[in-house]
Amino acid sequence: MTEARLFALQRLSAMVLAPLVLVHVVVIIYATRSGLSADALLERTTSSFLWPLFYGLFVVVAAIHAPIGLRNVLREWTPLPRRGVDGAVAVFALVLLALGLRAVWAVTGGGVP
Amino acid sequence: MTEIKPETDTLEVRIWRGRDDGRFETYEVPARENQTVLDVVSEVQRHHEPALAYRFSCRVGVCGSCAMTVNGRPRWTCRTHVQKVAREGALTIEPLRSMPRIKDLATDMSDFFDKWHRAGGRFEGTRTRHDPIQPVDPESRARKTANAGIECINCAVCYAACDVVAWDDDYVGPAALNRAWTLLNDEKHGDRRGTLDAATAAGGCGSCHTQGSCMKSCPVGISPTRSIAGIKRMSLLDFLNMRGQ
Repeated sequence: MTEARLFALQRLSAMVLAPLVLVHVVVIIYATRSGLSADALLERTTSSFLWPLFYGLFVVVAAIHAPIGLRNVLREWTPLPRRGVDGAVAVFALVLLALGLRAVWAVTGGGVP
Repeated sequence: MTEIKPETDTLEVRIWRGRDDGRFETYEVPARENQTVLDVVSEVQRHHEPALAYRFSCRVGVCGSCAMTVNGRPRWTCRTHVQKVAREGALTIEPLRSMPRIKDLATDMSDFFDKWHRAGGRFEGTRTRHDPIQPVDPESRARKTANAGIECINCAVCYAACDVVAWDDDYVGPAALNRAWTLLNDEKHGDRRGTLDAATAAGGCGSCHTQGSCMKSCPVGISPTRSIAGIKRMSLLDFLNMRGQ
């Protein structure tokens, strides 16, 4: 993939992430302040298809955005070989994606009996 | 800034001598009412240190060869009045940073010019001398955008001012990207695709951190920061297949 593509993907994913992060933070603050129990939270997250959609998108976009940024930092600030960095951040992207999707699955119905 | 009394006062000038493992040497030169930093360097070379190496040509801000680091900042020495930059009657003059030193105040600018080409700065014409001249509308948006960056004379002041250039050898720097941006907006340029690809490759516009030192230090008031932002925008629109033109 060319640098220009990676640059575009990082900027575009940032544009998508910005509102998602805001909603995410507001929901966290609301949920922790309103005294909801874990069961009550899970009941809400499993009751609508919008939650898996919202957090599924969040995870995919974050898994694109974060590794590209990490790659830039590693390339600029460390003497690590470039191919090594590319390989490492590709693995990092897959780990982020897998862990994130697993978490979304767990709180939106998949992991709840 | 210090008030200097004409012809009665002296300036204390510290000048870098040698290459990387050199040292500062101090000279005393007469302070004059109208005196540029280049005048001071020439005075030192003529009356104190005949072997002093430095570079200049036009003396009027056209050729771009006399830039040096004056009291910590890169400047054209020919257009910098001593009165504006002297601190308590003292000047410290060093070679430009981020370029290999040759001797004293002269640096090797080869990388700087090579990077200019690496960023796609070579103009490709589309017509020959036998074709009619291609008209360009001076009022068009692209032409006005190109004009905003066209007065660059490659003095390397922005390159020396840029912190990213200082720590990232691979970065082509503000002057090269500003040049690429003027070509990307030049309808006579025959290889805008190639220029965009070169300017957005590794070490290109994506390496810029938008710190703005180039814009702040440019002696002709160009904003390479804006030009680089333009390339980034064009690159994004190109990715979305809408080319920004």
